[in-house]
Amino acid sequence: MTPLVEMRDMSVSFGGIKAVDHVSVDLYPGEVVGLLGHNGAGKSTLIKCLSGACRPETGEIRIDGQQVEIRNPRDARAYNIETIYQTLALADNLDAASNLFLGRELVNPSGLLDDARMEAETRKIMARLNPNFRKFAEPVSALSGGQRQSVAIARAVYFNARILIMDEPTAALGPHETQMVAELIEELKRQGLGIFLIEHDIHAVMALCDRAVVMKNGKRVGTVRVDEVTDDDILGMIIMGKVPPGAT
Amino acid sequence: MHMSDLSPASASSSQRSLIARLEIDLRLLGMIGAFALVCLTFWIVTDGRFLSARNIFNLTIQTVSVAIMATGMVFVIVCRHIDLSVGAILALASAVMGMMQARWLPTTFGLGLGHPLIAPLTMLSGLAVGTAIGALNGWLVGYQRIPAFIVTLGGLLIWRYVGWYLTAGQTIAPLDQTFLMFGGAEGTLGVALSWIIGAVASAAAIWVQYSARHRRRQHGFPTRPVWAEGVVMLLTSGAILGFIAILNSYQVPQAKLRRIFEARGEVMPEGYMQGYGLPISVLILIFVAIVMAVIASRTRLGRYIFATGGNPDAAELSGINTRLLTVKVFALMGFLCGLSAIIAQARLQAHPNDIGTLDELRVIAAAVIGGTALSGGIGTIHGAILGALIMQSLQSGMAMVGADAPLQNIVVGVVLVLAVWIDIQYRKRLGMR
Repeated sequence: MTPLVEMRDMSVSFGGIKAVDHVSVDLYPGEVVGLLGHNGAGKSTLIKCLSGACRPETGEIRIDGQQVEIRNPRDARAYNIETIYQTLALADNLDAASNLFLGRELVNPSGLLDDARMEAETRKIMARLNPNFRKFAEPVSALSGGQRQSVAIARAVYFNARILIMDEPTAALGPHETQMVAELIEELKRQGLGIFLIEHDIHAVMALCDRAVVMKNGKRVGTVRVDEVTDDDILGMIIMGKVPPGAT
Repeated sequence: MHMSDLSPASASSSQRSLIARLEIDLRLLGMIGAFALVCLTFWIVTDGRFLSARNIFNLTIQTVSVAIMATGMVFVIVCRHIDLSVGAILALASAVMGMMQARWLPTTFGLGLGHPLIAPLTMLSGLAVGTAIGALNGWLVGYQRIPAFIVTLGGLLIWRYVGWYLTAGQTIAPLDQTFLMFGGAEGTLGVALSWIIGAVASAAAIWVQYSARHRRRQHGFPTRPVWAEGVVMLLTSGAILGFIAILNSYQVPQAKLRRIFEARGEVMPEGYMQGYGLPISVLILIFVAIVMAVIASRTRLGRYIFATGGNPDAAELSGINTRLLTVKVFALMGFLCGLSAIIAQARLQAHPNDIGTLDELRVIAAAVIGGTALSGGIGTIHGAILGALIMQSLQSGMAMVGADAPLQNIVVGVVLVLAVWIDIQYRKRLGMR
């Protein structure tokens, strides 16, 4: 099977420091791949090359086997890559519908924004993803962390993302909301999306991911199938850079 | 906005206040209250002169220039930028237009004084100069990443004095007769046409409100009660028609009427009266306000301006070209400076070198008093216009009671700080950012 995403031999440096040092990862449809490592291990920088927020110095990105050039977030969107950031994602002063459609607004025939239709679509998709969501008219600054995250996820789902990047999607959430996001990820997997999940929490990785890629000091320590290793194996990779048997 | 979306406690209609049920913006109401207070105070102190038709007429035409620029400043500030060069751009646009209509077009291009093309060509040149400088500002800020404060602080020093060299430091007058019609009292629509415009405007306002409600109902969203819609409709059209009535009741002085009749070679009939009606400059302001409000709330451009102000990273990641957006916002600001230059110059009936001096501060103050947050992402067009009106009322009211210029400045300064402080308290209480 052709991987959905292949990133080969990626390198990025900032002022002489190799933030990402010749790293290769891949992602298959219906799969969740966790990216782990300490702060500064390079996982966020690596993934920013895919979301268009960062340009690599070396390496190539293939989508469905085709080499692509991702120069900015607009290019990423054109390849159905959607990113859910921990903090950066939403304009706090706008309401849920405005955020969901930001950059891709619905307009009426005269070219003016069709806010009523955008709100209707938002209500529809939120009824599916988060039926308790009520605050359609307030700016998203008035929402809880989980509600904000569900707006961000709704955005990705609405626009038929095939490749989803989630940067610590549950970091700011309570247990109930974390559960909600976990169920959502399962649902998206079933629909055949490929998901990169940047995570600090090993338990979340063990519960949600199929494979885990561990990075340390900009290099890839190894890639493992989570059902073949223990929590301690992964911890060893993150802290010591120790590669367990069976890792690739 | 929709109280029915809130907690069950506030959902029972008996507990909801009148204002909540009308769904009127509380901050707007606060500003209108402040404005009413200013008017009432001066009305009492001046024995009613402050709210005479004549003073309301003058107040309106004095506000237009700053109010037009304030609508553009809302976008600039919402984008987390600032434009300190608006007064200087206005001065340069005015200098170019002064030269165009008094020297270049009549003499250099040989059109001769009073040619019908002079006014439109002059105005085009002013608008073009303003837009070009605004776009340059936007390019320096957006693409070259120089802070807007620095770019426009430089512009504040540069553009006025470029104009100074253009006119060799001279005041330019007299101006083209057609051009003067955009200044205020020299160009009004008269009583009948003003009533027609007022009626059309009221009908349009009612239609806009009705169609917005209709759209929400089509999608099955909550709407406010019919009686509340009716009250808002009545208030809106009442305000529009009341304003027109006041402008219509201000009579053109008899001496001026007599001169107009004499110029046509006629004799003025005994007891002839004529109201001024709506000045063209005010009509332009209203038009600008509507266009800017539509841009703000109903177009992609406006949505992107507010998104960028709320979270620049999110806007960029959503695929918005924030650099080009910066150019557009500053170019629009520059265009409005050119438009204000037309009105300010025509009102003064000359291009003096100090035209628009300190306008940058008045414009920023109007936007800020009108609820635009310097931290970005928040601001309204109607607020900025109301802010400009409040400031002009303070200044003109104080002048009327004989307060000298230093005191006027002190009071306006205090009001600016006070208005922002009240706004911060209000937002804190609502738990907003």
